[in-house]
Amino acid sequence: KHQNLLPVSIDTKKIHFSKEVTDRKHTPCGTSNILIIMSSFLCKSRTLFNYCQLGKVHEKTRRRAIRCILQRNSASTLIIAEPSSSNASSSSSLMPATLSVISAAQKLHPGPITILCDKAIDTGSLPSAVTSVLHMDTRSSSTTNTGSLLVAESVSSHIQQAQKLYSFSHIVAPATKFGSNVLPRAAAMLGISPITDIIEILSQDTFVRPIYAGNALAKVQATQNVKVLSVRTTAFEKANVDGSPNATVINLMEEKEVPPPQTLTEFVKENVSSSDRPDLATANVVISGGRGLKSAENFALLEALADKLGGAVGASRAAVDAGYAPNDLQVGQTGKCVAPELYIACGISGAIQHLSGMKDSKTIVAINSDPDAPIFQVADYGLVQDLFKAVPELNRQL
Amino acid sequence: MKILVGVKRVVDYAVKVRVGSNGVELKNVKMSLNPFCEIAVEEAVRLKENKDASVSEIVALSIGPKQCQETLRTALAMGCDRGIHVQTDLRGDYMELQSDAVAKLFQKIIEEKEKDTDLVLVGKQSIDSDCGHVGPMLAGYMSWPQATFAAKIDLEGNGLLVERETDQGTETVRIPKLPAVISCDLRLNEPRYATLPNIMKAKKKKIDTFQAEDFGIDLEPKNKVLEVFEPPARKEGIFVDDVNQLIDKLRNEAAVIP
Repeated sequence: KHQNLLPVSIDTKKIHFSKEVTDRKHTPCGTSNILIIMSSFLCKSRTLFNYCQLGKVHEKTRRRAIRCILQRNSASTLIIAEPSSSNASSSSSLMPATLSVISAAQKLHPGPITILCDKAIDTGSLPSAVTSVLHMDTRSSSTTNTGSLLVAESVSSHIQQAQKLYSFSHIVAPATKFGSNVLPRAAAMLGISPITDIIEILSQDTFVRPIYAGNALAKVQATQNVKVLSVRTTAFEKANVDGSPNATVINLMEEKEVPPPQTLTEFVKENVSSSDRPDLATANVVISGGRGLKSAENFALLEALADKLGGAVGASRAAVDAGYAPNDLQVGQTGKCVAPELYIACGISGAIQHLSGMKDSKTIVAINSDPDAPIFQVADYGLVQDLFKAVPELNRQL
Repeated sequence: MKILVGVKRVVDYAVKVRVGSNGVELKNVKMSLNPFCEIAVEEAVRLKENKDASVSEIVALSIGPKQCQETLRTALAMGCDRGIHVQTDLRGDYMELQSDAVAKLFQKIIEEKEKDTDLVLVGKQSIDSDCGHVGPMLAGYMSWPQATFAAKIDLEGNGLLVERETDQGTETVRIPKLPAVISCDLRLNEPRYATLPNIMKAKKKKIDTFQAEDFGIDLEPKNKVLEVFEPPARKEGIFVDDVNQLIDKLRNEAAVIP
């Protein structure tokens, strides 16, 4: 309605316009004495976010202004935050996976970054690159419990609504099981073909992703207007949490245009193994065991070594299949993709599918009594020895 | 309950692939039924064997070249009742026919040929493109409930209770009403070997063939593969003689331990 108003000057409290607006009924902010400009300046968006915080600006106006700013920006990113696990000590900060996605998003374009999350986030725990937060409302009428807020149907419905309101150019999720569950459904709902498990960002539309268990890499260019992506978190450094005090928090459900998402699937319960050890996906050191461990009890050897080095314990598919370790420790094409500073593979032969989940580790050590085991082809240091001699010796010496 | 199972013909999991000038070399390479599709077929057959599920028929669907008929025969030999082959020579390993087109073809098959489908079972991902999109995308296009990475499927009333793998372990979700789409993970079951009598029986089961171009879907890839290349080779490693040498290297050369 007010797009023909031209700003003449700005000071800290008022934005002066070329045309007098005398009819109070039609001003977007009612009795407030600051008018919000619908701006098309990309780089000024941060400044305008700051202005929105100043003065007596009506909440509705502020949100409408932000929506216009985001819509006018030709490039803006929505990041789907990884939900905090029940193991997470603090739920008002972002998960490490989300921090990796933020640094990946910064490689796309310089435009604003918005995060979609389920829990209230303290703006002090946001990287400064994040300009706004969309908070999925737990009071959504169709979810039966807060767990159901995170089922794919609900999250992708919120993504669709956010996209309708703010027209992001890029929607990025972490390539975790959560992201892999939600993102393709959201992409389908938006009519976009997604590109997932990206390990390198070459430009805002060109990416590299692994195929054939990482034995080949594909350089791929997205041709559609909106890019719906997921990134492999081990390929991107975590963004610094330097605080974003001016970040705007918007409650997604309060927007009147937003219909409540349909719940087709209900969350019942979760079965999580709790551990004091670092999370396998983000640990700096991983000690992994394979079929050579011969029993679940023997995994205690690896646990001792992991504790000495402050690391996590992993397992090959063979070990998990044989019942030596639980399935959330599995590393490989089915299972977790890890890239720690140090990966020690004990009694693991090194099948293609296991390698695909750990060959990006910085230093790889293999301990196996079979000198022909394929694992030695990716190891930086190979020790051909019975692991039942080598691992206790390692424990003793360290 | 009528079940539709997706089966994909992919490079065999044990093959070490080579990258040629036009993507991964597929000439003379051993091809097999995608391991996760095999798990989906097994689950469909087990549901049929469970009288409480009242499965009326299992239809196997494969999209690809004429050799997909062999893949379909494997699924039929494991226990599917009939097959549908959507013929296309477009490469399905991410290069040409991509997940959005595949999911839309599934949607067309359901809406035009198999209207009374109650459950779609697919593998969680194919081991060539490693995308894992078809399950959730099909659920999105159809606005059906979904459960991905299924590790256990149980009947519950008119719907299903699915235990699915998550990053922290597993979670259980309820799908109160069918139809639904489920993608199958590794631990859902261990697929059976087709017995010789079943292989012979499968030869008589019906396979209908359609052409992918006849469904009015844009099959062009929306994400253009510009190049396929091998990952950078790791620097060659060395063998150490004993634990002492290993610790020395890790401490002083690699500097990964204090």
